Amino acid sequence: MSSELETAANPAGLRRIVVEPLSRVEGHGKVSILLDNDDHVKQVRLHIVEFRGFEKFVQGRPYWEIPVMVQRLCGICPVSHHLAAAKAVDQVVGAEPLTPTADKVRRLMHYGQILQSHALHFFHLSSPDLLFGFDSDVARRNIVGVASEHPEIAMQGVMLRRFGQEVIRVTAGKRVHGTGAIPGGVNKPVSRTDRDTLLKDVYQVIAWCRSAVHLAQKLHMTNVGLYNSFGAFRSNLMSLVAPDGSLDLYHGGLRARDENGKIIFDKVDYSRYWDYLTEEVKPWSYMKFPYIRSLGAEAGWYKVGPLARVQNCDRIPTPFAESERREFVDFGGGQPVHATLAYHWARMIEMLFAAESIKELLHDDDILGGELVTGGPRQERGVGVIEAPRGTLIHHYRVNEDDQVVRANLIVSTTHNNQAMNEAIRHVARRYLDGRTLTEGLLNHVEVAVRAFDPCLSCATHALGKMPLHLELIDAEGHCIDRLIKDSTERCLP
Amino acid sequence: MSSLIPLPAAALAPVLVIGIGNPSRGDDAIGPLAIEQLEALALPGTELLTDFQLQVEHALDLVGRREVVFIDAAAAGPEPFSFEAAVAQADASATSHALSPAAVLDAYRRVTGAPLPAAYVLGVRGYAFELGADLCGAAAANLDAALQMLVARLAATTVRAANARSGTPQQGSGNC
Repeated sequence: MSSELETAANPAGLRRIVVEPLSRVEGHGKVSILLDNDDHVKQVRLHIVEFRGFEKFVQGRPYWEIPVMVQRLCGICPVSHHLAAAKAVDQVVGAEPLTPTADKVRRLMHYGQILQSHALHFFHLSSPDLLFGFDSDVARRNIVGVASEHPEIAMQGVMLRRFGQEVIRVTAGKRVHGTGAIPGGVNKPVSRTDRDTLLKDVYQVIAWCRSAVHLAQKLHMTNVGLYNSFGAFRSNLMSLVAPDGSLDLYHGGLRARDENGKIIFDKVDYSRYWDYLTEEVKPWSYMKFPYIRSLGAEAGWYKVGPLARVQNCDRIPTPFAESERREFVDFGGGQPVHATLAYHWARMIEMLFAAESIKELLHDDDILGGELVTGGPRQERGVGVIEAPRGTLIHHYRVNEDDQVVRANLIVSTTHNNQAMNEAIRHVARRYLDGRTLTEGLLNHVEVAVRAFDPCLSCATHALGKMPLHLELIDAEGHCIDRLIKDSTERCLP
Repeated sequence: MSSLIPLPAAALAPVLVIGIGNPSRGDDAIGPLAIEQLEALALPGTELLTDFQLQVEHALDLVGRREVVFIDAAAAGPEPFSFEAAVAQADASATSHALSPAAVLDAYRRVTGAPLPAAYVLGVRGYAFELGADLCGAAAANLDAALQMLVARLAATTVRAANARSGTPQQGSGNC
């Protein structure tokens, strides 16, 4: 299943085009494309240029600090790391299952995170690509027509994100750097005042989320040929599912399907994820390449995230989102949808599911009080797995008798999608770049494909002046023969 | 009360200072450390806020403010700091996971349609942004200098605003 474009047969003598870093994704990524003298694409690679050193950073720290410390991994999804680490530490303190209050308050926090992250991605990260087209006159004409029917989407995007942040604040204590989840439970219930405030808005939020699903669906159907083919590739799919096979983003067993939808493994205990998943190191990238152990590296890589989850589950346990899932599945006509741009449609279905789940949890009085913490026999090892906005997130810690973390292994969502993102840009490069004069618009196609996965390439650093975009054309001898710099105002400078 | 509607202006401090950065990444901690030091001073009429990155929802934190100051580490630029007026402008970061102060102001304008508060960016020069690193000595010195200027400026602004309310004539421009 791996692409022939991963490594060129004869890299010497090929021109190199470098896109560095990717704009509109966190951190710094780089896409390198090697062309031959006839401008045929010979090699395409997504490089991760920043080493993620967090596993070393947490060694020697007491285990109870970890759920708070790991929030500094990412400024966009700190809650996901907070909860995945807390679930791992729950195993260390023998706290399984959690009390109903702790379980539901954490779920509320998690669905607040899913809602705000998905809203941000759709309304403010990808909508410029989707609404205004990416260098296709036909697409632009059609899609701008759709956009003109929705002048309010910028406001809705801000408000949805704001609501998600409020859910996080009332469950974690603060909008950022919260401390809600602790080993074995949570440190406070939700106050009745906060619950009532959120309840007043949640129905409006659900209505906006339904509209967002319909907008994403309409965008897809308006230009179905482009959306179905752009960066599309077939692969395995993996995610957590609930014990009954339904969609659950907080807890469950691991399920994988092959490219035709056939089950590979189902509802397996993630505490021994290494029996099912392993990682390959490639010399040209700091980021590892996970794959399903039983299938091997060549055939075992997979997609995670909304597109995998919506199709991996048997149903969604909230009514509006389930109705939308059925439409999505029907669109596939009995086969899994593998269109990269269908991530956006699936992401909006999940956002609706998150909003409906928040409503249900707000109506559950368990979140207002009860036992907050539980415990049991102390363990040396803890594994926490959660479905973060971008996909499956694994935190794995080993703790010594002095309560210090001695080993940590994190497989983040973007790492699971590493091979998939590489495949997407290879398909795009082959389709749109091969044999043509390079333009900024063409190179933007590569970025559009990567953005669909909503990657998180680095930790949260954002000093002023840290996020420019460099395009370089380098000859076979390594000389830069052309350069384009896209600055923070997205102007292109020579 | 609704979580989607910001508090009325009368309930808000007229000045908002936002410190941006990741405390675990060397000189990127300049923003949060600035807020920590300002908190100790308990400046009247000033609300303090810190976050890893600016985002679209920060536009709503600006509602009802007279003045907003964004404090961020600067990977390049003048030492020890720069202090410049921020102008609302849609930019590439408006569609990013991290917005610039100009993009937050632009989002505020688009979402609320209200007049913009006076806005400034205090860019404190930083040098190293490694995970797990402490603030380096040079960046700490730059932060001290920047806060000295900012505190004096905020005090002068407060006096001018009080004078304006009481009708007392003002002297000087108050510029730094």
